Amino acid sequence: MRGAERIPVKITKITQINELVKRFQFERIDGGSLPIFSAGAHTVVEMQDGNTKRLNPYSLMSDPYDPSFYAVSVLRNDDGRGGSLFMHKHFKVGDETTISYPVNLFSLDLRARKHLFFAGGIGITPFLAQILQLEASNGFWELHYGCRSKSLSSYADELIENYPTKTHVYYLEESQKIDLDKLLKMQAVGTHLYVCGPKGMINWVCDTAFQLGWPKGTVHYEEFIAPKPGKPFKVRLASSQKTINVGEHESFLEAMERKGVEAPYLCRGGSCGQCEVEVIDCEGDLIHLDHWLTEEDRAMGKKIMPCVSRFEGKKLVIKL
Amino acid sequence: MTIQFNEETYRDDYTFYNSDAAVKRFPFPFDKDDYMYSVNIEPHVKGPLGSVFEYRFDVDEHYVSEMKDRALVLDEDPLRFQSLPHMTLAGWDFLELIMVSKSEDYPDLFELHRDENRWRWINKPLNIDDSFVFLDEATLPYGPMEYITRQTQGDHVLLDQRDDMLWMDAGMVTSQADWSLDFNVGMNWVEWHSPVPFIHQNGIIDRALKFLLNIQQGIPVRRLNWTMTVNPRLDTSPENYHKWGIEKSTITRENIGEKQYLRVELQTLYRLPRSNALVFPIRCYMLKFQDLMTIPKWGRRLHRVIRDLPDELATYKGFIDNREIMLEYLAPFDDGLPTSKGIFPDLESEPYLTEFGSLN
Repeated sequence: MRGAERIPVKITKITQINELVKRFQFERIDGGSLPIFSAGAHTVVEMQDGNTKRLNPYSLMSDPYDPSFYAVSVLRNDDGRGGSLFMHKHFKVGDETTISYPVNLFSLDLRARKHLFFAGGIGITPFLAQILQLEASNGFWELHYGCRSKSLSSYADELIENYPTKTHVYYLEESQKIDLDKLLKMQAVGTHLYVCGPKGMINWVCDTAFQLGWPKGTVHYEEFIAPKPGKPFKVRLASSQKTINVGEHESFLEAMERKGVEAPYLCRGGSCGQCEVEVIDCEGDLIHLDHWLTEEDRAMGKKIMPCVSRFEGKKLVIKL
Repeated sequence: MTIQFNEETYRDDYTFYNSDAAVKRFPFPFDKDDYMYSVNIEPHVKGPLGSVFEYRFDVDEHYVSEMKDRALVLDEDPLRFQSLPHMTLAGWDFLELIMVSKSEDYPDLFELHRDENRWRWINKPLNIDDSFVFLDEATLPYGPMEYITRQTQGDHVLLDQRDDMLWMDAGMVTSQADWSLDFNVGMNWVEWHSPVPFIHQNGIIDRALKFLLNIQQGIPVRRLNWTMTVNPRLDTSPENYHKWGIEKSTITRENIGEKQYLRVELQTLYRLPRSNALVFPIRCYMLKFQDLMTIPKWGRRLHRVIRDLPDELATYKGFIDNREIMLEYLAPFDDGLPTSKGIFPDLESEPYLTEFGSLN
């Protein structure tokens, strides 16, 4: 699949949420309705950054049942490859671009009797949509939200104001910490937990839950990995008979696209499995950065996810 | 476009019939002269004018009678419809998809009037005019899924997606090729496919699952599947096997053209917006051998497919015992000429000759 269907949109509003986060609002250029979506979904935003076309995924935070606009919030990452910086510096109200149809890799498990949310930093965004969806159907939820500081928190004040009994915010700067062990132990049967935030937080919440005996199917997480910069490398594509040089600041997938190779993709964040390619020959190390491949897959060394993963070594040949 | 709805039955006296127009638009499932399972999926986009692929949910001359037959099945066995509690939202998604599609595609038959969440649905062929509140179950005579599938041809299954797996958690199944919703409900994709021969080879089932998990909103897909049925019975369920299984032994050289039906399923898959579930409509079309043979290309091809089909598949599809008699009937319609690619009748280029002329 070459990504989800794309929708032409214009930016109708940009809001500075704090020093590091901006909220972008998109509406259809033709004024029509955007698709209703399921909370937890993301959209892939197109950015034309000079000669580079970037396609970055962001969680939708707006009301899933309101088709008049979509909104995403973007944390500026000064050390990244430039996607978030581009949005912060160059996107202006009135600009036109395309976004993808919503794709959900972090949906609510509707069997849950209660939805227990853990957000860290910008990981709050999918929960903003999930809260709206659950509120519309009188669903039972509770949020535990860790932020660096009051000044760098996003949407914490609105959440506390709108849902004072369901929202619990913890400020790292004030040494406030979730008492996770106690919290997880007191949950009733039928509770599902969801965590979105930095990798350390995801591991901490999931590991604690599993140690306490939570069933695997009740623990849900989403970590979007922005493709990391890395050493340049060279790849041979066996079927299309091309050699690709992947630069320091582009992903393997982006480098193939730059050369006109029709590689499959969907989430571009290492989660969906769509871009998986077969490794034919490898002299060196595959640097797997995705969530898709299993431990066994990695040990076999026969597959790689070019949306986020990289290579270091002498020779890499893939079947594409 | 106005459809003349047939007065017909799918049981007892079996008065079901296809008009000439219905014969020509029958979705013949074989695009070449041999058949093997494959992931033969294509985008469910608008197809040729008048074909069963023209609209998202095809409504044809059998609509009213088929809905009457469904009501009879449900009266006898209410468990043909089931929806686990967490699937109600997906049911609303599906109700919306059908109402919007049918009112846009068949404006003379169906109307949908929406004022925010206050909806009015008019179904003229079935004399229904209901007003209700979208997402409020108490305002409809049935739950959303049951309500709309009592008005929509084909079986329909809702698949919940979680843990990188699909779960059959709701369905309306009254016109099925020998499988049971009551038996399968709650099972996952791997479990309910375990009896199918060949698909466990070459990773077909894994690739198909991965494809389905990634089906996107706005990009529905479709495929054709097929089997054989003796007499035009929609409800060939395991629950009623004692009623229809025995009919397979009534086939003779004399009556096969009249009694033997090729049964084709137009299967589609849509990602649903609010629930992130998939809906899997399985629309059944039946055409008797005698009618099939009026299309020369289909006569030639059906003979070749049935002749060359592996025994495992003929057994799985339930016609191995009648295969010899089928071939005896079909052989005279196969003159050995080549056939054109694809499934359509191609009557205007009949007989089909290759660029080198006839091969035989």
